[in-house]
Amino acid sequence: MPTLHRLDTQEGLDHRIDHVRGVVPAPVRPAPRRLGAVLGAVAVATVLLLWLGLDLHLGLAVTGAFLLYLALTYVGFRVAAGARVATDRLMRGLLYGAFVVALLPLCSLLWTVVTLGGARVVNPDFLLQTMNGVTGLHDQATQQQGQLFIGGAYHAIVGTLLITGAATLISVPVGLLTAIYLVEYAGRSRLAHVIRFFVDVMTGIPSIVAGLFAFALWAVVFGIGTKDGMAGAVALSVLMIPTVVRNSEEMLRIVPNELREASLALGVPKWRTIVRVVLPTAASGLASGVTLAIARVIGETAPLLVAVGYARALNTNLLEGPMNTLAVYAYYMFTKPLSPAYRDPSIERAWAAALLLVLVVVALNLSARLIARFFAPTKR
Amino acid sequence: MSKRIDINDLNIYYGSFHAVKDVSMVIEPKSVTAFIGPSGCGKSTFLRTLNRMHEVVPGGRVEGDVLMDGRNLYSRDVDPVDVRREVGMVFQRPNPFPTMSIKENVLAGLRLNSKRMSSSTADELCERALRGANLWSEVKDRLDRPGSGLSGGQQQRLCIARAIAVQPEVILMDEPCSALDPISTLAVEDLIHELKSDYTVVIVTHNMQQAARVSDRTGFFNLEATGKPGHLVEMDDTQRIFNNPGKKATEDYISGRFG
Repeated sequence: MPTLHRLDTQEGLDHRIDHVRGVVPAPVRPAPRRLGAVLGAVAVATVLLLWLGLDLHLGLAVTGAFLLYLALTYVGFRVAAGARVATDRLMRGLLYGAFVVALLPLCSLLWTVVTLGGARVVNPDFLLQTMNGVTGLHDQATQQQGQLFIGGAYHAIVGTLLITGAATLISVPVGLLTAIYLVEYAGRSRLAHVIRFFVDVMTGIPSIVAGLFAFALWAVVFGIGTKDGMAGAVALSVLMIPTVVRNSEEMLRIVPNELREASLALGVPKWRTIVRVVLPTAASGLASGVTLAIARVIGETAPLLVAVGYARALNTNLLEGPMNTLAVYAYYMFTKPLSPAYRDPSIERAWAAALLLVLVVVALNLSARLIARFFAPTKR
Repeated sequence: MSKRIDINDLNIYYGSFHAVKDVSMVIEPKSVTAFIGPSGCGKSTFLRTLNRMHEVVPGGRVEGDVLMDGRNLYSRDVDPVDVRREVGMVFQRPNPFPTMSIKENVLAGLRLNSKRMSSSTADELCERALRGANLWSEVKDRLDRPGSGLSGGQQQRLCIARAIAVQPEVILMDEPCSALDPISTLAVEDLIHELKSDYTVVIVTHNMQQAARVSDRTGFFNLEATGKPGHLVEMDDTQRIFNNPGKKATEDYISGRFG
């Protein structure tokens, strides 16, 4: 029998930690209930004092008050309740602080986009008009004389949906089948390692390189300078495939092996097991993974600029001529306003397009959750 | 609906690791055969070779013969998928398909193979399998609810119903009660008794009382040391194994003095 390590205790086998010789647990006393509230009030008062009283910048005031709050929390709880509680409170404060810092850019971005682009987006004209025939003179008239605002992003919305849709149609079969190969067939083979390695490399490809790849491919196949929606879809799928492969691989891997064995033991062939048991079980994860991959590429600008070009009018043919997409639209409106002297309408269009993109991404994320819930195996 | 299995000099490997060596035995039809032995002695591995589930594990391979009514399961012209249709299996942890209802789970073996059947045939088959697994009265009002909503013992009986719905010749059970409470265990043991009249049942168990209760014949597996292959020490009528074993190692294991 292996010798068990006996704890040196005062009275035989006593497992209570404070009865083990040499262990002195930090004493903990109940802290007064109001201490947290008082400290919070002090922090708020400090912000107001620094900001309004001493006319300090709001950011500086908040940072200062936060640091003061942390210090007071630690000291206060240390005195009132002991070292362990004080450390706990300090760490909580730091974590909440980190959370707020992480959230600030997001809130600021949403606020900016909504305030600057919101007015245009709620106007159906903007959603239903293209830029066909709209010139700098119209913008000048709008800005100077308050004439009706014309020129919208209809063609860009349609282009974004078409190109991203085509990219999804290319990426999902390729990515999903690769993932199935990696999880179900490859095992620990060398080929699987090579594929995983290159998928990881592809994940890091800069988007402009993907755009140049599609541009070059089209130059070779259709002649130099050929730009159309399909080239953009190919560029986007270069970016999408690794994400789809990785997401799907993770999702397939967490399908319990017991289910595969249960199916095989019923005399179901392997391919049917994959199609009828593994894929349905992983469906929610697969669907949300694909949706998130779409969300990742839908805002790409550089590859589409290179491979698809820029169109002012509606073009719904993926195989013929340049198209427009929301990100490229925003980029063009911002860097090349229709009328350099009267930029406001163009800038407004850029913000509206940005807001539309954000809305599309939010919608995609929400639908990913809905899909996940819809497909999820029900418990009861 | 039951067949005799003859195993001749079976050696089982995981890659280069020799897991079980030189097993020869006869499994009689319409009887319950139990395998007992310490963890890691290869009894589950051996069980999985009887329906060619062993080779699903990467690197798993087998040397020797497994003859079912004279036909070698490991001969080259035998499809493992066909073997598994004849030799059903119930696993240690209940594993109903989470995406399927109770009824779909029972019919999974047929549905997953895209067998076409009328809904009345399906209903009849489902009821027969569930009755065969002593589960019908408990679930007949909620056949369309997910199988994962049942209790552990019910899930395990659902898995047994799923296995007998494809009408196999042999049913293998790999520690079917080790994840169940005593009452559910009793229900499954009763069921094993009943299955014996139609099927050849082979069960692996850690619970020696269980082996003594349910089986007609018992095989004791052991291994000399960790890393060494497991082997069949002896196999005999359950009565004899537990009352008057032929080998010292068996007696030591059964009386709790081993190692």
